[in-house]
Amino acid sequence: MKILVCISKTPDTTSKIAFKDGNTKFEEAGVQWIINPYDEWYSLVRAIELKEKDAATVIHLITVGGADCDPVIRKALALGGDEAIRVNADSSDSFYIASQIAAIAKEYDLVFTGKETIDYNGSSIGAIVAELMDAPYISLATKFELNGTTAVVNREIEGGEEVNEVALPAVVSCQKGVAEQRIPNMRGIMAARTKPLKVVEPVTVETLTSIVNFELPPAKAGVKLVPADNVAELVRLLHEEAKAI
Amino acid sequence: MSVLIFIDQSEGQIKKSSLEAITYGAAVAKQLNTTAEGIVLGTVADDNVAALGKYGVQKIHHITNEVLNHVDAQLYAKLIADTATANGAGVVIISHNQTGKAIAGRVSARLKAGLVAGAIALPDTTNGFVVKKSVFSGKAFANVNITSAIKIISLNPNSFHVTQAEGTAEVITVTASIAEPKVKVTAVNKVSGEVPLTEAEIVVSGGRGLKGPEHWGILEDLAKTLHAATACSRPVADAHWRPHHEHVGQTGVQIAPNLYIAIGISGAIQHLAGVNRSKVMVVINKDPEAPFFKAADYGIVGDAFEVVPKLTEEIKKLKSA
Repeated sequence: MKILVCISKTPDTTSKIAFKDGNTKFEEAGVQWIINPYDEWYSLVRAIELKEKDAATVIHLITVGGADCDPVIRKALALGGDEAIRVNADSSDSFYIASQIAAIAKEYDLVFTGKETIDYNGSSIGAIVAELMDAPYISLATKFELNGTTAVVNREIEGGEEVNEVALPAVVSCQKGVAEQRIPNMRGIMAARTKPLKVVEPVTVETLTSIVNFELPPAKAGVKLVPADNVAELVRLLHEEAKAI
Repeated sequence: MSVLIFIDQSEGQIKKSSLEAITYGAAVAKQLNTTAEGIVLGTVADDNVAALGKYGVQKIHHITNEVLNHVDAQLYAKLIADTATANGAGVVIISHNQTGKAIAGRVSARLKAGLVAGAIALPDTTNGFVVKKSVFSGKAFANVNITSAIKIISLNPNSFHVTQAEGTAEVITVTASIAEPKVKVTAVNKVSGEVPLTEAEIVVSGGRGLKGPEHWGILEDLAKTLHAATACSRPVADAHWRPHHEHVGQTGVQIAPNLYIAIGISGAIQHLAGVNRSKVMVVINKDPEAPFFKAADYGIVGDAFEVVPKLTEEIKKLKSA
């Protein structure tokens, strides 16, 4: 069983978001970088659990990005995984990124992604990779089990959940429920230093979108406080002023 | 060069998020001076399909095969892409709901069409085809230019208001030849009776300030009075006071209701990221220093156990007035 786990570098969840160069670039100063939480907590940890059950399982990590991604992918290797691949390209276009992953993913039985990244929130990489591989895509998984070469997956649908059975190869996007967050131990951190991190050059693919600029949400006018003994006034404001009820 | 809107159905019913997609797609078509067409997959009564015309769609391709009553991303994407190609669609609109997340990327790959996933506004076509979307989990927006010939937009639920007028859509009924689905569905468990969180107009949410799951009754009474969905903060879900699917925030569900009422939630940056696209935010917290007050529109500094039941009573009075 060969598993490919997609890893993305994202700003820490507590980061203050700011932009520079006329709002065309993300301001990286002072930002802590982490593994995208959905990639780390759910898809990577689940892959590690599968390897713990079956030692013959091979886990490779893949990221698409510049050399600035290396510390984050080493952090991922400290949790587990046998080796990492970094496709040396920088893009915000999901078709371009997914094409890079698909070019490598064809060698694998199972591709895991997080349900979305917490920076671009597209939730589309897994679907594009699957289409390019002509493989099934199970989105928003909440539970993942392997039964030989068949995956049994619970996934979120409109207004509920369903259970899917699918023969591998397949692409699965993982969210809460698939696994529990782990903390890397010292042995893992030491081992990660010597695990292979292969840098490969991107395949030639066109980009289909480009970011023009960013905007921050408009500043709030400020909170209107209502005394706790005058709840009726809050209801009046919500009804007459905000027209929300 | 028409606009093609994917209209999602479940058990023959058209979802609110799809009505938003139709209204949005019709507005895009008007902007581009072209026609709005729709595609419906699976069993829906003919009259109900034709009636969607009142949301602004002129023609609907209805592929009626029963196998499509279940969403299979691979089959759906092929049919949507084939219909787009056969009818010369220049723009494809899909809702960014659970179904949309499974298929939009696949349609993008099939058509080599750039995708803006999670759009919140109409495209700006004065210089290119620029679509605004939410990024950094609601902390910012990006304006994204789609440079490919065909453009795909998946629309964030609750970000475009449904409007209706008079109108009936022309329905073209098709039976397609469809491959065997690769994914076998062995069980479906739909939550009935509750308002789905991402579609709710009003959301009432509780945090650790409620002190324990046994105190959720006051929040549920308020939600019921307002026909609202219930939600919670991450610590509450992690402590298993409430189910995980109710967790709103950066690593939970991201929502954009008309009204968000936060009770006993301090308003950590990760929580705000999931809810700050709400149109009106009300905070009830006994700590006047809670960061949530800085983000809120209205607030009451007070004890939730006293304020919330009073609020429910006052709203009942308003509704019966």
